[in-house]
Amino acid sequence: MSAFSAIGSGEQDEEIDRDAFTPGIEPQPTWCPGCGDFGVLKALKGAMPEVGRSPDETLLVTGIGCSGKLSSYFDSYGMHSIHGRSLPVARAAKLANPDLEVIAAGGDGDGYGIGGNHFMHTARENHDMTYIVFNNEIFGLTKGQTSPTSPKGHKSKTQPHGSAKDPVRPLSMSLSAGASYIARTAAVNPRQATEIITEAIEHDGFAHIDFLTQCPTWNKDAKQYVPYTDVQQSEDYDFDVTDRREAAEIMHETEDKLHEGEVLTGRFYVDENRHSYGQEKRSTGEMPEEPLAERYFDEDYEWERSYDLLDAHR
Amino acid sequence: MTGSELIWRIAGGSGDGIDSTSQNFTKALMRAGLHVFTHRHYPSRIRGGHTYVEVRAADHPVKSRGDGYDFLLALGDSFARNPQASGEAYYGNEEAKPLSENLDELREGGVIVYDEGLLDADEIEDFDERVEENDWHVYPLDLRGLAREHGREIMRNTAGVAATAALIGMETDPFEELMNDRMSGDILETNITVLEEAYEEVDSKDFSHDIEVPTGSHDEEQVLVNGSHGVAYGALDEGCRFIAGYPMTPWTDVFTTMSQHLPEFGGISEQVEDEIAAAALAIGASHAGVKAMSGSSGGGFALMSEPLGLAEMTETPLVLVEAMRAGPSTGMPTKPEQGDLEHVLYTSQGDSNRVVFAPGTVEECYEQSREAFRIAYEYQIPTIIAIDQKLAGELVSVPASVFDREPNPDLGSVLTEEEISEAAHHESGKYNRFQHDPENGVSPRTIPGQSGGRFLASGNEHTPQGHIEEDPDNRVAQVDRRTRKLEAIRDDLDGKETSQQTPYGPEDADHGILVWGSQQGTVEEAVDRLNDQGESVKSLGVSDLMPYPKEEVTEFLESVDECLVVEMNITAQFRGLTQKELGRFGEKMSSLLKYNGNPFEPAEVVEGFEIQINGGDEPPNAQVRIEPAAGD
Ligand SMILES: Cc1ncc(C[n+]2csc(CCOP(=O)(O)OP(=O)(O)O)c2C)c(N)n1
Ligand code: SF4
Repeated sequence: MSAFSAIGSGEQDEEIDRDAFTPGIEPQPTWCPGCGDFGVLKALKGAMPEVGRSPDETLLVTGIGCSGKLSSYFDSYGMHSIHGRSLPVARAAKLANPDLEVIAAGGDGDGYGIGGNHFMHTARENHDMTYIVFNNEIFGLTKGQTSPTSPKGHKSKTQPHGSAKDPVRPLSMSLSAGASYIARTAAVNPRQATEIITEAIEHDGFAHIDFLTQCPTWNKDAKQYVPYTDVQQSEDYDFDVTDRREAAEIMHETEDKLHEGEVLTGRFYVDENRHSYGQEKRSTGEMPEEPLAERYFDEDYEWERSYDLLDAHR
Repeated sequence: MTGSELIWRIAGGSGDGIDSTSQNFTKALMRAGLHVFTHRHYPSRIRGGHTYVEVRAADHPVKSRGDGYDFLLALGDSFARNPQASGEAYYGNEEAKPLSENLDELREGGVIVYDEGLLDADEIEDFDERVEENDWHVYPLDLRGLAREHGREIMRNTAGVAATAALIGMETDPFEELMNDRMSGDILETNITVLEEAYEEVDSKDFSHDIEVPTGSHDEEQVLVNGSHGVAYGALDEGCRFIAGYPMTPWTDVFTTMSQHLPEFGGISEQVEDEIAAAALAIGASHAGVKAMSGSSGGGFALMSEPLGLAEMTETPLVLVEAMRAGPSTGMPTKPEQGDLEHVLYTSQGDSNRVVFAPGTVEECYEQSREAFRIAYEYQIPTIIAIDQKLAGELVSVPASVFDREPNPDLGSVLTEEEISEAAHHESGKYNRFQHDPENGVSPRTIPGQSGGRFLASGNEHTPQGHIEEDPDNRVAQVDRRTRKLEAIRDDLDGKETSQQTPYGPEDADHGILVWGSQQGTVEEAVDRLNDQGESVKSLGVSDLMPYPKEEVTEFLESVDECLVVEMNITAQFRGLTQKELGRFGEKMSSLLKYNGNPFEPAEVVEGFEIQINGGDEPPNAQVRIEPAAGD
């Protein structure tokens, strides 16, 4: 019997449904009424049966923030880590056991601010995982300070005169850093959100979802992402998602327009041909073919000894 | 000159191949049957800057660099001949540095060989007087010319080694053997020609000195290794197959040694964007069921403070290395200091617990690195191996048998799926990962992918299932349990056959010396000398810094009248720790401190001890400091 018998069970088990990812009794979400974070939870739960993964073969790593609490309300293996550091934790778990379904999530402060460096490098390396950033353009948990995605001029207790900074451009950042799947969706569009999360999980490489989530508590305009346009559905937008240049252009347009009342969502870039980091590392011999974690449960495995390295020291 | 030992120093410019040349020489001495101990002095720069390596070779095991030295081989290239500079040397007028910088410590009757093709003794004002005063034997040789004539100019190092061998009565065979191992073809042949010709030339002259290579033969086969090898090989043997890091001197040696071998051992090495990521990766890999490590030096370790706390709160096994160098901030990158002790003990927020080992020798680096993994995985707690630049980088001969141990890939307190199915679960279906009441504080974990084992590992205070919880009863139960682990670990370590503390010298001695980490060998050598001199001294090298070995140290301190605490920092951090842990002995302990970037020499410890016994607060030299006992 495999030491990780949960792995692969999802596909065989027709019964997997969204309720499998709902913790039985506790805890109840402590998010504010109307918070967009509920939308992410719902979409993620909806996607899991679609991809056929079970709770025990899934690892969800979150950062800190209202968004970071996702791992508490989603029943799988989880790590609620530290502010900005979900990605390095998650990518190592994936390297240690590539058979695991690894998902990372956090806020825009978490992912584009304090963890910006990790975001850039995880995208560059194209780890095979899904990364969901709750983009509510504000620091939620610490009570409403300006975040990297807050619009220019946004007033908060830490920038009472209005932010003098342009907001970050998550999609463009992601593209130039090297993510191989980039999409934006919104809590106000649950159907699209579920579809995109499903695709992202199935994508073999780093899938980045900029997930627009409204924060009615600190960003008073709770309807900030309505109306939105789905670029795949709209006739006004006709571009090839596999074309880097076209993707870059439409991303720029999207990011320019975000605060002018035109919200574009959908898939912006998909590269199915680029190898994931794990594949690259295996092909250079820097990573074993079999999941490393399994070896510790394999009683027949012969462990190498440092004694064999001593020749160089004699 | 006694025939039992020789200390040879090779000096030149950083980037001149001093390191590799000295390594070959050291190996040749080891292969000839001698015990060797090296000391590296180098500046933090890639080319130029005065550097030397000292090799102490003896017919008996040696524990420190010794004091002073017998034989100087002064090379000099990057000072005298910089491609960017015409005429004047690029790095300033430092041509004579390999000679002038090294004279202070050369013993009476010592030998100087210098490359007269590049160095000019006339530039040193009082050279001739000092030579006469100290009865030095000076052999200017045109090493560059010899190398040019028989091979290539860059082979002056080979010519220098040949000259040394001829002058101390060594055969060239071990050198040729080593060259054969490393090179081939044309390069090999020319090097051998240079070696032989230079040897012949020097050997044909008459010498008047009486310095010669000792003869020795080992009881056991030796290997040439440093503390970084010790730590890395201990980790490999204990089943570590994942490392993540970011380069920082002197931690880099451990990192590169692991990275070199992990792929061939079926493991994974990751050089990542920064040290926060590095520690977080090690946590991720460990959480997913792989034995993992990370590490850094002072500044990089500072960045790991928060992930360290995460490992403790989530009870994810984690092994970190802290290879100390002089601080604060970037301090002195290539100089050892023991100034990060408190940083290692207390960094990270809250009442956080970790285990800290500070091995004192290369053998202990191997042993305690294994122990660090065993404890981390058994008790689900971060462990730190604190070494310093000296221990990390200085090569010594060690019996090969030290590394001859069975691998231990045991993941520690992890459940199998069968055990999971029998274990208690919360009614929601989650595994009760962080139960309140196991006796030794350890509640077994499960690994993602195992059926029925899911739980949440949260850095926030949490319930037994891992959910965020601020309930006071739960809080107290969780804190108590995590803290209880340290007591269990102390009992575990105390229950072992051999202690990690290293007592040395006569048990009933009147006086004591306490030491930790890399200075242990030097102190032991000083203890021998003092006892030979008629004093009554013993020492205790302490390796367990947290949890502190209270009983052993108390016993030691109770058994002596006075105790000198030797460490490389200005604030007497280890003495402070001892006093804090034991709550007494303030009046018995005084400190001998050094923080100039160089480790102690045995003579300084001997003198420091004499001052302590005879009273007085004048240190042995201007760069060492005495801190009297409380109440003195
Ligand atoms: C190192 C560190 N700095 C600061 C904090 C405090 N902190 C917690 S959450 C947060 C910001 C949360 O904003 P965001 O990531 O956008 O998530 P949201 O709460 O909006 O979902 C901050 C600054 C922390 N926990 N750790
Ligand atoms: S503060 Fe904002 S982001 Fe946080 S739970 Fe409330 S609505 Fe959601």
